[in-house]
Amino acid sequence: MATPATIRDTRPCPSGLRHHVLDTVGRFLGSPSVIPVLIGLACLAVAPLPSVGLPLPAPGMVLIPAGLYTPSLRNTGDSATIPVPAFYLDEFPVTNAQFLDFVRSHPQWRRSHAARLFVDGNYLANWAGDLDPGPLAPPDAPVVDVSWFAAEAYAAAAGKRLPSTDEWEYAFSSGYTLRDARLDPAFQHDLYAWLALPAPPTLPDVRAGRANTFGVRAMVGYVWEWVDDFNSALLSSSPDSGDAAAARVCGSGGFSAGDLTNYAAFMRIALRSSLKARDTVSSLGFRCAKDVGP
Amino acid sequence: MKPFHCIPSQIIQASSEAIAPVDTPLPRLSRHRAAPRAPAGLPTVIAGLALALAACLPLVARADDDPSSPRAFQLPPELASLPVEEAVLTSPPFVPPPIKRDYPARVVVHLEVREIVRPIADGTLYTFWTFGGTVPGSFLRVREGDLIDFHLENSPTSKLPHNIDMHAVTGPGGGAVASFTAPGHSSEFMFRALKPGLYVYHCATAPVPMHIGNGMYGMVLVEPKGGLPPVDKEYYVMQGDFYTTGAYGDPGLQSFDAAKSIDERPTYVLFNGSVGALTGAGALTAKVGDRVRIYFGVGGPNLTSSFHIIGEIFDRVYPDGTFGHPLEDVQTTTVPPGSATVVEFRVKVPGTYLLVDHALSRAFNQGALGMLKVSGPENRNVYSGKVSYTLFHSSGPAPQPVSAIVNAPATPALPSPVLAQVNRGRVVFNQICFACHQPNGQGLPTLFPPLAGSDFLKANPERAARIVTHGLTGPVTVNGKAFNNIMPAQSQLSDQQVADVLTFVLNSWGNPGGNLTPARVHEIRNATQ
Repeated sequence: MATPATIRDTRPCPSGLRHHVLDTVGRFLGSPSVIPVLIGLACLAVAPLPSVGLPLPAPGMVLIPAGLYTPSLRNTGDSATIPVPAFYLDEFPVTNAQFLDFVRSHPQWRRSHAARLFVDGNYLANWAGDLDPGPLAPPDAPVVDVSWFAAEAYAAAAGKRLPSTDEWEYAFSSGYTLRDARLDPAFQHDLYAWLALPAPPTLPDVRAGRANTFGVRAMVGYVWEWVDDFNSALLSSSPDSGDAAAARVCGSGGFSAGDLTNYAAFMRIALRSSLKARDTVSSLGFRCAKDVGP
Repeated sequence: MKPFHCIPSQIIQASSEAIAPVDTPLPRLSRHRAAPRAPAGLPTVIAGLALALAACLPLVARADDDPSSPRAFQLPPELASLPVEEAVLTSPPFVPPPIKRDYPARVVVHLEVREIVRPIADGTLYTFWTFGGTVPGSFLRVREGDLIDFHLENSPTSKLPHNIDMHAVTGPGGGAVASFTAPGHSSEFMFRALKPGLYVYHCATAPVPMHIGNGMYGMVLVEPKGGLPPVDKEYYVMQGDFYTTGAYGDPGLQSFDAAKSIDERPTYVLFNGSVGALTGAGALTAKVGDRVRIYFGVGGPNLTSSFHIIGEIFDRVYPDGTFGHPLEDVQTTTVPPGSATVVEFRVKVPGTYLLVDHALSRAFNQGALGMLKVSGPENRNVYSGKVSYTLFHSSGPAPQPVSAIVNAPATPALPSPVLAQVNRGRVVFNQICFACHQPNGQGLPTLFPPLAGSDFLKANPERAARIVTHGLTGPVTVNGKAFNNIMPAQSQLSDQQVADVLTFVLNSWGNPGGNLTPARVHEIRNATQ
């Protein structure tokens, strides 16, 4: 069987370990029968983009320059900082209006049509109808209650993809005014104020979202966001998997915490780890990314 | 960058669910499908301490309503045939009634996690994360040997995933992995209540201290097969420490303060989740003669409680929540985070009894205070109350307070400019001179000469001004006693200050009075001797 890593390695991938989509999918869907479908889906989602020599303007997207970021959790043996190549990231999270356009042109993703293999029973639960977001889902509020599959399909239809965890976290590591968000008091205030409140029934307009130093907006104060490799952060070691002995020695296998005081980062890791690809959550949306050049 | 934290893999394995049952009749719940093994060559798990504790994050499978998911889990016949009952859950400070059964049952528990905004103090709101809508969470009471069929339901309005580590569980993570649940989802797992005792449960999702610090803990009582001795009142109290961005009592909605939590500097230390939860209308009650049992636990995340009830002696304490070896006649009992105790006592005298953490700053300043109001007839054989109140005259010399001495009235009827000098001079004296000459001007024998009733001063007050401005080295005799020491020049004092402090001294402690002017001090300071 083709390994997902092989497929995913066609994309810029700073850490091969972080892209085990089929492993992800296999783990969470379980049934071997769906694997070929998923391989197809994955191929669709990662079809190579046309080569370009220089960054082209990407409407509605922000060019995130190449750089380093320091993850709060990483594979032992990885360096403390991870290089992230330049990429495009949507300026805003995907809105209800944008997702409505998508389901109009892709009927198989309408709420009543979507295969239960790819969405759970709360898919677009806050919409009034298949083609009617309704009062709880204002046009310019982030779309939520969408599964990873739905988000991937949206991105593929737009010629984009979901950002990797590294890319998303790198973009998020920037504050409103300071490059290191952890040192930006206004950013931290907004972040923890959002974390402190239960999910509201109706989300605010993304256009009010404040930009970080990269120019990406509404990353704080709105929704959690899907990433492509959402549950790559934690892999399983079982006593009967044969490598327990290796794992027994500190450093021979495992993850290391980079910054144990970054509680917000651990909350994102926990949230992602709790998800399966067909799950929907009322505070979980997404935004898309795109490669820069070949 | 913090140093790496590594954890022996055994700890991690303890959080992995993919472990075959050994001698328990419970098979691994097959609806939690086994995770595919990580491909060879992948690093095996684990995590920093935070994640290991989190038990649990995630690692493996969890309950699934996936239509492609097989639902093959079947209980073995001996468990499948158990009678089924729905658990009675209660909110603090109340406890479900004792169990009457003398046989095991399958007890079905539905516990909903909800993130809610509620007062933590008058005028102060906080977002609590709760098991069942209260802090502490719902109290669960089962019997030794029961099969608990646990459904952890995470409200759709939750922002975060949650899980539950029940200390009554024998199994990896205490159920944490099996119960790890995204918002708007539900997980089911089962466990056998193998050991009687009072057990804490808590959320074990990273960052664990924050989940616990927001109120995610509660208790489960596993009654011994023979039950517990009957009592008249049972109550449920848990202590927790809370960390808010604002200070104690700051109004409005407060956020969790991670830095304070990491430093273990709580803003609030509370019984049952809010200031006043157990006072006023919330006070526990009993009647004289009642046997009272309190199930007391500590959620933490950080502080150990020194649990004490002011004016009671516990007849019986079941330390660490174990029923095997009770202690008798205990004043204060220690309960660490993640543990519990059961205290029993018969109330004999009416009145209000305070529940406190006897680390009393927490009671006085951070909210760790509750009340037990006991009604009924007085019991003078045990406690009289106040029977007399009279004036008291000490038989010995009453010690004079320092202030009375230092501030002893100067010679009466001083002209007001001199009085002003005395008052200013007193301040200077109490800042500088008192250290050697002592607050009462008596000095110290052989070291520092007295200024009180000093013949040396009386003989030549202006000499004192020269000593203050220029210092004094060598032998002097004061009131017949020889001193040979060094007094440094107090050249930092202005002419006005020197004049003031000497005027204060001249008018204190039996000295002759009089005053010095700044102009005279200026002349003395600049004189060539």
